[in-house]
Amino acid sequence: MKQGLWGVFSKGLVLENPIFVLALSLCPALAVTSSVINAMTMGLVVTFVMTMNNWIVSIVRNWVNPNVRVPVYITSIATIVTVSELLLQAFAPLLYKDLGVYLSLVVVFAIILSRAEGFASKNTPLPSILDGFGMGCGFFLAMTIIASIREVIGNGTFLGFVVMPSSYSPPLIMILAPGAFILIGYLVSGCKMLIKHVENSKAARGETL
Amino acid sequence: MMDYFLLFMGAVIVNNFVLTRFLGLCIFFGVSQNLSASAGMGMAVTAVMTLSSAFAWLVYEFVLVPFDVTFLTTITFVLLIASFVQLLEMVVKKYTPNLHKMWGIYLMLIATNCVVLGLPLINVESGFSFGKSIVHAFGSGIGFALAMVLMASCREKLRLADVPKSLEGLGVAFIVAGCLALSFFGFSGMIK
Repeated sequence: MKQGLWGVFSKGLVLENPIFVLALSLCPALAVTSSVINAMTMGLVVTFVMTMNNWIVSIVRNWVNPNVRVPVYITSIATIVTVSELLLQAFAPLLYKDLGVYLSLVVVFAIILSRAEGFASKNTPLPSILDGFGMGCGFFLAMTIIASIREVIGNGTFLGFVVMPSSYSPPLIMILAPGAFILIGYLVSGCKMLIKHVENSKAARGETL
Repeated sequence: MMDYFLLFMGAVIVNNFVLTRFLGLCIFFGVSQNLSASAGMGMAVTAVMTLSSAFAWLVYEFVLVPFDVTFLTTITFVLLIASFVQLLEMVVKKYTPNLHKMWGIYLMLIATNCVVLGLPLINVESGFSFGKSIVHAFGSGIGFALAMVLMASCREKLRLADVPKSLEGLGVAFIVAGCLALSFFGFSGMIK
């Protein structure tokens, strides 16, 4: 059982990473990753929303009529998002302003709805929370990786601290839209290669996944 | 009049929703496999965006603001758009079955989508008037359709190309999108 729960949590990290492998919720992955701090905040918000929502959905799943389940889930997600929006506005107004409209758009991230529909509506609360948390961590991880690369190369800083020598003139493209697309393209294929490699070496040792 | 025209052109090419604001990427990468599907999708998105942003403006101005509950904007808009899309699907199915055959599947896909929800939120944030909201929505829809069609044509060509194994599929699609975004950058600064 312990192994099972760990599996539920850890699959979101790499094997089913929401951004690199499932390619869901790409909008935030590109839009708010021009600085590390924004990306991490977004990652935390999404983790929070996904964990809470999976928990709520797994509790109410037996009382919800299957015909209206999607509106119910959306209402639940929208409520949690509004709560986190208000919290962020109160405690970190600058970050709130930076994230802007993308924060409200957490409501329609495909990944959150698909976890609610695909996992939480069929499982008990504990695995559902772990699933949401694991997927959230995978999302957070991916966001941080993308943002680190973009901020270090495109701006010469990391979390606002200057890390590149002063003679380094940053190529602006990494901060702007085209760089984000191209970088994610390479990261996605890198992730694909990595998973393929792991699978191959496991197969070579005669194990099954 | 010039105002409206500039807003429209700006929404179509300068502030293109997909390529500079990163909204609606799920559809952009999901449906751009072939040309006719992406053209259909682009038209459906344009229609839904224009109509739903008109509704959203009315609700915001006459319900949310007078009762001072603007913090409920997100939740209201999501439910509004989702139910509106459902309604539209029923109406289209009843009165124009042919159109429904073309659009039906796309309509359900856009019920909860960043681009359709993001637009009314941006309209409200920028404080547009009713007319401007509609023009902005229509322009953004056309811009979205334009990006979809361009992307689909590129991907149809790509199918014949010899792409490195690990880049196949999504990887190369992203890089193509990056190049498209780069070319759209040529328009930036043209209209403020």
